[in-house]
Amino acid sequence: MIQYVIKRILMIIPVVLAVSFIVFFIMDFVPNDPAVTALGDGATEEQLEHYREENGLNDPLIVRYARYMGGILRGDLGTSYANKQSVWDLFFAKFPNTLRLAIASVIVTVVLSLPLGILAAVKENTMADTICSALSFVGLAMPNFWLGLLLIMLFAVNLNWLPATGAVGLKSLILPAITCGTGNMAALTRITRSSMLDVLKQDYLRTARAKGQSERKIITYHALKNAQIPIVTQIGIQMSTLIGGAVLTERVFAWPGVGAFLVDSIQKSDFEVVTGFVIMLAIFVSIVLLIVDVLYAFLDPRIKAQYTTG
Amino acid sequence: MKFKEKNGKSGRTNVDLNSIREESEWAVDAEDLVVHYVTSAETVEAVNSIDLKLKKKRTLGLVGETGAGKTTAMLALMRMVPDPPGEIVRGRICINGLDMMQLTPAQLQSVRGSEIAMIFQDPMTSLNPVITVGDQIAESILLHRDISRAEALKEAEGILATVGIDPRRSGEYPHQFSGGMRQRVGIAIALACNPSILIADEPTSALDVTIQAQILQMMRKLKEENDTSMILITHDLGVVAEMCDDVAVMYAGRIVEYGTLKEVFNETKHPYTEGLFNSLPNIRNRVDKLKPIPGLMPDPANLPAGCAFADRCAYACDRCRKGIPEARAFSATHKVACSAYEDPDFKIGRGQ
Repeated sequence: MIQYVIKRILMIIPVVLAVSFIVFFIMDFVPNDPAVTALGDGATEEQLEHYREENGLNDPLIVRYARYMGGILRGDLGTSYANKQSVWDLFFAKFPNTLRLAIASVIVTVVLSLPLGILAAVKENTMADTICSALSFVGLAMPNFWLGLLLIMLFAVNLNWLPATGAVGLKSLILPAITCGTGNMAALTRITRSSMLDVLKQDYLRTARAKGQSERKIITYHALKNAQIPIVTQIGIQMSTLIGGAVLTERVFAWPGVGAFLVDSIQKSDFEVVTGFVIMLAIFVSIVLLIVDVLYAFLDPRIKAQYTTG
Repeated sequence: MKFKEKNGKSGRTNVDLNSIREESEWAVDAEDLVVHYVTSAETVEAVNSIDLKLKKKRTLGLVGETGAGKTTAMLALMRMVPDPPGEIVRGRICINGLDMMQLTPAQLQSVRGSEIAMIFQDPMTSLNPVITVGDQIAESILLHRDISRAEALKEAEGILATVGIDPRRSGEYPHQFSGGMRQRVGIAIALACNPSILIADEPTSALDVTIQAQILQMMRKLKEENDTSMILITHDLGVVAEMCDDVAVMYAGRIVEYGTLKEVFNETKHPYTEGLFNSLPNIRNRVDKLKPIPGLMPDPANLPAGCAFADRCAYACDRCRKGIPEARAFSATHKVACSAYEDPDFKIGRGQ
């Protein structure tokens, strides 16, 4: 098991190499000059050339890439062209906010979707099933930014219960988390429903019923325990997407996360920030997926056996 | 404490069944039991008016081919027919003097497992793959008795030893056991609360012959030790001869012949029972061909008006296709549902 985890952590290295190379390569094609970003429109051609030479921007791609990767090994992701701050510091100033929003959103999704999905499966092909599915699709059908604005109007402007923007305290997390979390409801509800439907047909539930177990416990204990793998997989996918930043939600709520900042940096051609952020996000997404895979072992002893032998 | 109820009482020791229990000499007493599976497309008449009586401490063999309604009838006894689409249309079911049709869900849950338990056919699918076998046995104990989880697990280990599994394996999961071992676990779950009635639904048909013999021997030993009444579903007549006191032969949702082992085996009356015996290979008399019953059982969604067996029966005449044959008593215990016996001279080939 520990061997498996170590193997999986080592596998993050080629992922980072591939991601960094692709980002580096693409950024090289963007017809924007970092020197202009750094020095502003007023700089003379001489000043620009001097900046390029000083920062090694005239070197061939592969040399710049090698130099950059060497920096990463020392924990140096370069410096933002736009505001001269260390990219590493910038990332870790934004990332905790993104992580908080991602976790809160996933909690909202899980709390809403699991009961809906389970109910839809237990009451398959009845009115309750239709209503549950419809409810979960409302979250998907409603555009994020629009729902966000509606929530701000109601809870921040009219009722004045919650702050409209910012990231101060738990209160400010509520509206963005609901906005983001409801968007993912449909997928998780559907997965929960289909996974439960599959399990509800299994013979071992009949065994539990024959023991005298109650229907409620049969569903929440015997069935759910077996339906968890696809559900956890889906939660992991949603988590890794959210870690990349929920750009629209961050914009609407002025949430200081990585998503909106990354988009701004792309527009400003702040390549060092873009490259550094994408590499860091790749690492964190890999970690989330690793956690999901390790969780499987705890949810299903058969998978644990595979990890141990394979 | 996974199964503990919030009020601190584990299980349903607080459900009082004795106040509604009637005196009865029968462990199982079912009358006119009708079970249908109703879908929008069709109605499957799985069980059509069967009477089943099982005396305490006896073993009844329920014989018949796949699809005859054996399992459905047994699930109905426990009020466990999946609904929808299953539906107990009518009938009376008494288990240890308890009228199962009148019980509330909580009362039914308290009867299941403690008074009537079931061993299922396929040990590969009937155990929960993500719960340890110890916990699966302990669950049953915790549901019916007021003890702690640690005590229940301790007892579960004892039961594992009884069914011939090393108690140290109680923390293992079903996938770590072979088919025969898993069936032992299934038996351990069913026997955990020492039920007075045990239903075994083809407990050995998914197992190797050598393992079959072991399992059957063990079941018989445990049944004798615990004074259990048993209904054994099987299509293996050898197993019936070995294990059972009484035999009920089921065909297309009806019991066509019912009697003691001796009556059904030695004084076979129903043509279908005769057909079952003729389909058996005989090691001492190796003829080139077996004599199978021709044709297939009718679709239970579309049963004929008369005797369901008529189309496959060598003795069938017009009378058979007209009405459902009435059960005819040949002795106090031997009942046969065959219209041919309206002719007093009628005899079937077997035993002549």
